[in-house]
Amino acid sequence: MSELNTSTTEKYHNNFLREVEENVEEGEWVKMCMQCGVCSGSCPLGAHWAHPPQELFMMIRAGKREAVLSSDSMWMCTSCYNCVVRCPRKLPITGIMHGLASYANKLGMAPKIQPTRDFSLQFWKNCTRTGRVNELRLTLGLYFNDGLMAGIKKGWAMRNIGLGLLKAGRLNPFELFKGHSCKDQQGIQAMLKKAAEIEARRKHSTH
Amino acid sequence: MATPIATSQTILVVGGGISGMTAALEAAECGKQVILVEKSPTLGGRTALMYRYFPKLCHPICGLEINLRRLKGNRNVRVLTLAEVSKISGTRGNYAVTLNVAPRYINENCTACGECAKAVTKEIPNPYNYGLNQMKVAYLPHKMAYPLRYVLDPSAIGTADADAARAACKYDAIDLNMQREAVELTVGAVIWATGWKPYDAAKIQPYGYDRYPNVITSLEFERMADLHGPTGGKLLRPSDGKEAKNIAFIQCAGSRDENHLRHCSRICCMASLKQTQYVREAYGADGKSTIYYIDIRAIDRFEDFYLKVQNDPTVSFVKSKVARIAQDGNSGDLTLHGVDTEGYHRYANVHDLVVLAIGMEPAVKGVDIPAEIIADSSGFLESAPGGSIFGAGCASGPLDVNRSVQHATAAALRAIQVVNKSASTEAS
Ligand SMILES: Cc1cc2nc3c(=O)[nH]c(=O)nc-3n(C[C@H](O)[C@H](O)[C@H](O)COP(=O)(O)OP(=O)(O)OC[C@H]3O[C@@H](n4cnc5c(N)ncnc54)[C@H](O)[C@@H]3O)c2cc1C
Repeated sequence: MSELNTSTTEKYHNNFLREVEENVEEGEWVKMCMQCGVCSGSCPLGAHWAHPPQELFMMIRAGKREAVLSSDSMWMCTSCYNCVVRCPRKLPITGIMHGLASYANKLGMAPKIQPTRDFSLQFWKNCTRTGRVNELRLTLGLYFNDGLMAGIKKGWAMRNIGLGLLKAGRLNPFELFKGHSCKDQQGIQAMLKKAAEIEARRKHSTH
Repeated sequence: MATPIATSQTILVVGGGISGMTAALEAAECGKQVILVEKSPTLGGRTALMYRYFPKLCHPICGLEINLRRLKGNRNVRVLTLAEVSKISGTRGNYAVTLNVAPRYINENCTACGECAKAVTKEIPNPYNYGLNQMKVAYLPHKMAYPLRYVLDPSAIGTADADAARAACKYDAIDLNMQREAVELTVGAVIWATGWKPYDAAKIQPYGYDRYPNVITSLEFERMADLHGPTGGKLLRPSDGKEAKNIAFIQCAGSRDENHLRHCSRICCMASLKQTQYVREAYGADGKSTIYYIDIRAIDRFEDFYLKVQNDPTVSFVKSKVARIAQDGNSGDLTLHGVDTEGYHRYANVHDLVVLAIGMEPAVKGVDIPAEIIADSSGFLESAPGGSIFGAGCASGPLDVNRSVQHATAAALRAIQVVNKSASTEAS
């Protein structure tokens, strides 16, 4: 268990709903759910979720902390917003899903092998380093995620698209080595640091 | 038409449904002068369009007939149909009211013999069956109509139909020169009983009311079950006229939804529970009703009725708000998609007819009332600032008939208090 996880468990005891309200982005909406089920029925990927949103909300209220935070369900959300437009109580369900995912990640409880989480982490690392997304590195990083052979195979399968991009001037192979960055890299780092500070303060001051 | 005599001791009741009739009669039977103004050609309102009433499943004819008898026997009430209020000004105890009265083109001589309807040819959508069938341009609104007098639709005026109707009438009842007129009144208090209207079902996009013929509203279903309705009492699918035997009822269609109506319409749970019994009446054990619901709101003594329906093996309940409906293009059957709340099972259930338990909204939204009044966030009338304009029945909130009648009686009492006061100040 991560240190943060241990300390929050101690703080909230069995009141997981309160923990969600105080720490998860949009978490204060969870108690407004009236369990009608329209979100779950409207989700285009719903059949692939272990726990659709309606069920996650009930699990939160029932204090099923472990099951919720280690679930891969909220990582399945594609942000189509179908549930949000249909929710009769106007809950920002998409936002809650992302909030739960990011909170689980912060506590180190998110499922380790989960493609969405994997991609998000790689994307974040990639773009915050230089202030620009290095598409070639990001793509190759994903290709080689499952090992060397798998990466080569995938690259080979995609070769024609790669060549096409190269010809059209949309792909620069030298990006693999250094890659271009934004002008004020230090500025970007300072901005991100400040944003993290503001976020921490905001969650704190609202409660 | 003679202008009704009215004074600051007269009570004006606007809307001639069960609530308006009750308020008018209660006040009149206390000896007050009452003018009852109804927009349509007949009294009765929405209750006259019900097949049966919950919870006793009696016919609405019964309750209406009692009120019509009271009305015929009371000289204190003046009824004006085809009339609307266009302006109210003044203060508590002393209002100047302008009415706008539309021509009926048929006068008091009418005996309701029906010869005019036989003589005319043109047909228009029948509003008393929610447009599910057509009616002649000379018509009697329905069997319970009061006054029991035909109406000539304005669209017939200037056509051969109007002359044919006049020629067919043996009683000289058809007067094609009738004009729209404005009537000015002075009254002491106003009771606003304009009732409700169904929420526009087409706005609930995922249910496809505007696209799928076999998705209908609870009001249309009510008419279908009625012997005098468009299908002669048969429960038929609009798409192919086949008998519908596997029927889904979707609760909270528009109600309790921030995207549509914020409020709970209160009567729809009971209405659907009642309508499952129409299915049973039609097919016995061969019919099947399924109610999709968030929670069933059968308040106080209605719980008994709910328990009775729960014990009916032809009725099943799915605790889930349906997410969307898809139609099979060939059969016209409908698949209801959703996830239930008792175990979170994903379902795709096929039904041959879907009835939307449609929510109620005020027929006249607060802001449209031509006087200063206070309405709630759904437009139901709450009160008038310091005044004496009182809401009665469904104009003030979604109510069943019983509660509308109680509410209307209370409104009558408040109006009586106002006119009594103006009577005593005039005397002194
Ligand atoms: C599907 C369904 C089934 C139902 N079944 C039952 C049941 O079984 N039992 C039960 O108790 N209740 C039932 N109800 C509820 C019932 O319909 C209402 O309680 C009842 O209609 C309320 O009567 P009201 O007079 O307040 O309004 P209304 O019946 O709406 O009457 C209002 C009257 O005012 C008139 N009006 C409107 N605007 C104006 C204007 N501007 N000027 C003049 N006149 C105007 C209208 O023409 C109408 O005649 C049901 C409702 C629904 C939706």
